[in-house]
Amino acid sequence: MGDSLSMDYVLSLIGPMAEGAKVTLSLFFITLFLSLPLGLALALARISSWTLLSTAVNGYIWLMRGTPLMLQLLFVYFALPFVPVIGIRLPDFPSAVVAFALNYAAYFAEIFRAGIQSVDRGQYEGSKALGMSYLQTLRRIVLPQMVRRVLPPMSNETITLVKDTSLIYVLALNDILRTARGIVQRDFTTTPFLVAAAFYLLMTLVLTWLFQRMEKRYAKFDE
Amino acid sequence: MPNSTNSANAAAAADDRSIMIEARDITKAFNGIQVLEGVSLTLRKGEVVAIIGPSGSGKSTFLRCLNHLEIIDGGSITIEGEPLATAVPGGPSRYAGDADVRRICRKMGMVFQSFNLFPHMTVLQNIIEAPMTVKRQPRSIAVPKAEALLRKVGLQVKRDNYPGRLSGGQKQRVAIARALAMEPDIMLFDEPTSALDPELTVEVLRTMRQLAEEHMTMLVVTHEMGFAREVAHRVIFMDQGRIVESADSARFFSAPQHERTRAFLGQML
Repeated sequence: MGDSLSMDYVLSLIGPMAEGAKVTLSLFFITLFLSLPLGLALALARISSWTLLSTAVNGYIWLMRGTPLMLQLLFVYFALPFVPVIGIRLPDFPSAVVAFALNYAAYFAEIFRAGIQSVDRGQYEGSKALGMSYLQTLRRIVLPQMVRRVLPPMSNETITLVKDTSLIYVLALNDILRTARGIVQRDFTTTPFLVAAAFYLLMTLVLTWLFQRMEKRYAKFDE
Repeated sequence: MPNSTNSANAAAAADDRSIMIEARDITKAFNGIQVLEGVSLTLRKGEVVAIIGPSGSGKSTFLRCLNHLEIIDGGSITIEGEPLATAVPGGPSRYAGDADVRRICRKMGMVFQSFNLFPHMTVLQNIIEAPMTVKRQPRSIAVPKAEALLRKVGLQVKRDNYPGRLSGGQKQRVAIARALAMEPDIMLFDEPTSALDPELTVEVLRTMRQLAEEHMTMLVVTHEMGFAREVAHRVIFMDQGRIVESADSARFFSAPQHERTRAFLGQML
């Protein structure tokens, strides 16, 4: 084996690392796809005037934010099969998806709630005075204004998600980081860690750019 | 006093106009503080009524009760013959079902002190939003109507601007156009010029005056004594949750009957 920092060696890592990136990105996108709508539903339930519902959601958010994601991951994979009634045995990747989606939904719910509650009461009154229903008001007036305000915290949270995906190594899933670690142990060089870092940086760069674009698009109106 | 008998007769004759809003003995408390203590009002078609009074007199709350922005504790509200809220002896007023409430309240447009325009929509989008989502009007009908309303309030050049780019007076004229786009029978104004600089007040009042000349039925909570005197047919003076005095605007300003009214007018004029 040649110089561990040679271009040839680094290039030889791209292939296996890209395989790892597939796992990382799958988990990232599926988690977003599930947790965004779930988070919105939780946020609406949290601010609903139905106390029972909002208290239950409050408890859920406390549970999800109050325990480590790693613990939740392990719980879904190892302990969930033994839970009565809802007990179900899931393969490794679906277990990760369930844990990540449930966890991130709780964080997104709080971001959405803050965004919804930051919309001026006058917007609801203006809509109501025009004959719009609560649902129409939410969909047409409140949520579009919320989106703009939650973009910065959402950007934070999704970037955190990119990196949190590395936790799935505990389920022996070969994401970017676990792949890198495997190669480090095989080749006795830490170069794969640098390549892994480059992969994560590239992903967060794309995300940052996307969010900046969205922020610009939504900033076309000045409040 | 034969004169006053004559004017009473004339008033009775004019009362053939259909009743648009009938509010009876409205009571309302916020956190145990009584804000309205039995307020009644009859508003007839084509009538322009100004409600004046000091801050905290309950005038805005009363207006907001009429289109269900506030829930009344007691009394009844009837809009164009349809009961919005019915008095229940010894209990809170009973409201019509949700769908009926929305349908009845659609007969009224409202203009707010703080405009409440939708900041994420252009002027045109603000105006066509409710006709399209609530009345399911196709775009091809809603847009020309909105453009006609914009011409009416003199803002056709602002069609594609966002509200953030408009002056307060322009915002309020857009808000008026937006309310008119729903083709209400009655327009409620809640201190429409109180957030505006004096020179911007003029353009909003001009638009309101124009509406009055077109015989729109209007109920206006205002501090603009000039508007109340010149445009309103009748002026109601409220204080501490009650109507103190209600009279034809000419008589209201020339010969206020109550000491409290005189004191208030003395401060304002």
